Amino acid sequence: MKYYDKLIFELSRKGRTAFSLPECNTELPASTLWRATPLNLPEVSEPDVVRHYTNLSQMNFGVDTGFYPLGSCTMKYNPKINEEIVSQFNSLHPLQPEETVKGVKAVYDFMDKALAEITGMKHFTFLPCAGAHGELTGLMLMREYHFSRGDMARTKVIVPDSAHGTNPASAAVCGLDIVVVKSKENGLVDVEDLKPLLGPDIAGIMMTNPNTLGLFERDIKEIAELVHECGGLLYYDGANMNPLLGVVRPGDMGFDIMHLNLHKTFSTPHGGGGPGSGPVGVAEKLVPFLNIPKVSGFHGNFGIILRACAYILALGRENVKMAGPLATLSANYIKESLKDCYRLPIAAVCKHEFVFDGLAEPNGVSTLDVAKRLLDYGFHAPTIYFPLLFHQAIMIEPTETESLETLDAFIEVMRAIAREAAEDPELLHSAPHNTPIGRPDETMAARQPVLKY
Amino acid sequence: MLRRIGVKSLDDLYSDVPVEFIHKGEYDLPEAKSEEEVRAWFKDFASRNTELTVFAGAGAYDHYTPSVIPYITSRSEFLTAYTPYQCEISQGTLRYIFEWQSMICRLTGLDVANASMYDGPTAAAEAMRMCVACTRKRNTVVASSALLPNVLDTLRTYARYSGINLVETWEVQEAVAEGTLDLAGVIVPSIDKYGFIESHLGLAGLVHEMGGLLVEYCDPSALAVVKTPAEWGADIAVGDGQSLGIPLCYGGPYVGFMACRNEWMRKLPGRIVGQTADAEGRRAFVLTLQAREQHIRREKATSNICSNESLMALWCTVYLSLMGPEGMRRLNGICYSNAHYLHDQLLATGKFRDPFEGREFLKEFALQPLCDVRKLQQALLEAGFFGALETEEGYVTFCVTERRTREEIDSLVKVVKEAAL
Repeated sequence: MKYYDKLIFELSRKGRTAFSLPECNTELPASTLWRATPLNLPEVSEPDVVRHYTNLSQMNFGVDTGFYPLGSCTMKYNPKINEEIVSQFNSLHPLQPEETVKGVKAVYDFMDKALAEITGMKHFTFLPCAGAHGELTGLMLMREYHFSRGDMARTKVIVPDSAHGTNPASAAVCGLDIVVVKSKENGLVDVEDLKPLLGPDIAGIMMTNPNTLGLFERDIKEIAELVHECGGLLYYDGANMNPLLGVVRPGDMGFDIMHLNLHKTFSTPHGGGGPGSGPVGVAEKLVPFLNIPKVSGFHGNFGIILRACAYILALGRENVKMAGPLATLSANYIKESLKDCYRLPIAAVCKHEFVFDGLAEPNGVSTLDVAKRLLDYGFHAPTIYFPLLFHQAIMIEPTETESLETLDAFIEVMRAIAREAAEDPELLHSAPHNTPIGRPDETMAARQPVLKY
Repeated sequence: MLRRIGVKSLDDLYSDVPVEFIHKGEYDLPEAKSEEEVRAWFKDFASRNTELTVFAGAGAYDHYTPSVIPYITSRSEFLTAYTPYQCEISQGTLRYIFEWQSMICRLTGLDVANASMYDGPTAAAEAMRMCVACTRKRNTVVASSALLPNVLDTLRTYARYSGINLVETWEVQEAVAEGTLDLAGVIVPSIDKYGFIESHLGLAGLVHEMGGLLVEYCDPSALAVVKTPAEWGADIAVGDGQSLGIPLCYGGPYVGFMACRNEWMRKLPGRIVGQTADAEGRRAFVLTLQAREQHIRREKATSNICSNESLMALWCTVYLSLMGPEGMRRLNGICYSNAHYLHDQLLATGKFRDPFEGREFLKEFALQPLCDVRKLQQALLEAGFFGALETEEGYVTFCVTERRTREEIDSLVKVVKEAAL
């Protein structure tokens, strides 16, 4: 990657244009309703625009560039056919009458049925545009269920200490108070800690299974029984659904509500942070409430739903069963191959991801240093400093779409970095060395914010 | 691989899962399809839809997409990247978000913008929550009944669960002036749901006097010519970027935007990109002010939003770069001219009355139908047009963008004229 330092505004030259519109002699009539401040946008030619953004793209790393083992983000390969099929739906207005969008309706129906089959839920709403948006929608449905029973006192939701940050944040936006349940030494939810928290004020529990340590919550059956017994509901955070794809259905484990991240488990591209799609599925008793929360403008991110649909069609009945196990195989393979040089706090079979707690022999080298050095070797870094249970967390999720050669190359580099840590720690403190920029001054960015050109 | 892990089979990797939860038997899904079969499947489904010539708006506008945009946004380096956590290999994403933030500031006139929201309606809901957060113990937000129905629906949804007292009214100034509310904020549209441009003269002063914040919901394409939220004195601006060349695509993905005055910067939800430098003094861009966000603050975060609509923000940024100030001015001129031509031609059919005479509009307008609305809509549909959306109050709206030709407009008018309504 080469450093390119321009912003589009700096290419601007008075009078240069890149638009293609017919002449227009209409002058807007005099009125106080028009803007007085001139609109200062860049004035550039079409080749300027194309070259500028092409140059910017070359300072970016994507799944198509290389291995992207970012934990909890499921950076699997995004099939290209999925991109191509979308444009034939581009011209449909979201308020068109039903009889003119029969094909769209059929896609939604297909996806509702397919996702219900894969997850063991009854039906889905497709309005949420992302995972956190799905969590919020799911919690709204949880509240509707209790409201419908006149059970207004259930204003608290239980969240494990290992949960994604979006769980407590979504609960807060939904007007719920958060009760934290602790994890045991082995990384699993402490059922004994959970029991006294349960009562008539509990709306439900949010669980990620496997959790953010990549460990399957094996007490889920007992947890489900306890929560249901107290009158609460179980919410499944689908961010970690990938290892269960084709193996375990959240509905069968006793979950009442869940979301899926179509941009994780169902291979739609992450787009540098969206657009995603976070459909929410519910068990039968919650179906009557499914259409109550209007959480977005029209029908959700239809373009993303189309891509996920293409993925399911290509995978099919035969191959869906292989996705989860192969993702799990990749993760365990890396874990076992590196546990002598990185500290593995919990030695157990993992699912799609696992967490190291820094180097086995750090020699002053931090997880941040390891992550930055990985960039020099042409890999994206894992998720770091999350989950918060470990101070030097390195969370690795390889997914099922990587070859053995890629996994071995990554393992070799991680071992090389461990050697470098022992021999030349300064090399790691100052990494990365081969990227367009070095480590930026983040403190200055936050203290003296420059947020626009 | 299994040997290194120390297990005998893939099944052993699930030995920690209670056996009763392992799914047995076949999934009820279609058999795997080849790429060509997938393509054919979608071609079949797409053919069941009817492509219509769009004369409707209501939050989704049929503007032209320059061919450069999909070419740029489909570049793998942008498309297949995640949120730019590792800034050293994400300067592409970070730079275009910085450009997007800058352009949103220039369109709205406000000081600071975030990296994007899911869509316009959710951005409005976040603005409502932000009003409450910025004014501390105040809890009432007044929303104009002139906002788009899907914006009001989303506001109602978010208010319902978070306990915000949402007051909807056509008489915003009056409701605020009464002074009886614990006012946190007021949300008004820049252009109302019928397409008419609103005047907010004196509103900001009044809202501020009552201790609240003023939020304006805007069409960013129209902001190139209509008075900006900053000029009206608003504190926060939100809206949907769809009108900046994003295809209709049956309602999504679109992109929400959000901008505010400097004093509320640390209450903004979502990602924000800032400029800094690396050790060698090279200009660099990073995600910043992250102490607001869910992964640090958990339940105390300004919002639960994590992913936004980054690629669609790139879409709009490229669009605005291509259009420039002159393109945006000309685009709005064409819309204005087209829409006024249709407006006058429809009135001349005698099948409508104009209860809004004298109100200024750009590309969308409402009329009072003097005919049967169902029959009108049906006649248009049969001729391949989608227009005459009926509002709650019984008006019909039409929207005419720069894409509609004089021939298309004339042909729609002919249908209206000749149909027995």
